[in-house]
Amino acid sequence: MRCLIIDDEETARLILRRLFEDIPDLEVEREFPNAIQAIKYLNQNSVDLIFLDIHMPDFSGFDFVQTLKRPPSIILTTADKGLALDAFEYDCIVDYLVKPITLERLQKAVQKAAGFTQKAIPKDEREPEPAVSKSEFYINIDRTLIKIETDSVYVIEAKGDYIFIKTSKKDYKVHSTLKKIIEKLPPDQFLQVHRSYVINLAQIIDIQDNSIVINENVIPISRSKRPELMRRLDLL
Amino acid sequence: MSSEPNLSYIKSLSKGDMVFEKQLLGVAKRELTEEIDLYTHCIENHKYEQAAEVVHKIKHKVSLLGMETSYSLVAQFEEELRVGKTRLKLDFMAILKKMTNFLN
Repeated sequence: MRCLIIDDEETARLILRRLFEDIPDLEVEREFPNAIQAIKYLNQNSVDLIFLDIHMPDFSGFDFVQTLKRPPSIILTTADKGLALDAFEYDCIVDYLVKPITLERLQKAVQKAAGFTQKAIPKDEREPEPAVSKSEFYINIDRTLIKIETDSVYVIEAKGDYIFIKTSKKDYKVHSTLKKIIEKLPPDQFLQVHRSYVINLAQIIDIQDNSIVINENVIPISRSKRPELMRRLDLL
Repeated sequence: MSSEPNLSYIKSLSKGDMVFEKQLLGVAKRELTEEIDLYTHCIENHKYEQAAEVVHKIKHKVSLLGMETSYSLVAQFEEELRVGKTRLKLDFMAILKKMTNFLN
């Protein structure tokens, strides 16, 4: 089985590599100190098994699992004993190893992974097919219908009873809600990244830990929305 | 059950391979030094949630050095830091001191 190791601690990666020497069926393709680098790798490559740490800065192991459309088998490696129940919410997670990991326990987990029949994540099954892109929509301001080209929209911000639609031409204040405007937007192009913000994914300039830069706007990213955002980006 | 650092787990991994033992202890020492610096900075600046994340990493090294009885105290300290409590700070410092003395 070809596998990845994802763990921000070098000590932990070193121990796993050492233990793998006694498991001839395992071949380490790559190891990564963070989940973002692993996502980039998995956009271009596939593996059979991932050894994944849960506690990592910025992007946890669970965040990572949620970004994967077709996850391989995953064995969690953690110093926490209390997250096992959360782990088995995911069909792709086949075992949960508490550090320090012993060879006997690792061998058992690898045997489980080898016999594991991959099932799709239910969340993915529920995901709708992307709708046909809508190139424009209309807003009503002072009884005038104004056409907005969807490509021109950078970001939509909710403030109280209004939404502010920021476009490359002009900004519009509309008495509406984010929920209503989202229904008018092509779901493959727009994403709600925070309870007050919907963004045009094509307009992203930069992404930092907890924010996105679009045009000159710095938009916060909710922790709960980050896995979906990372999954939707075509990371190189 | 030991509260003192020891090499029993590392020896079980190395099976007598001294090069591996030296490499692993070297990496653990370097990471622990960085983690202690970061932990100290977080505590000084009252960033307890971030301090808890660092303590979590140190917890792995506590178990790596076979300090079973210290492990539960460190786990408790990590949980308490997440809600802003620092009452176990001195006990934790004593554990860090044992670890650094051992690795040095």
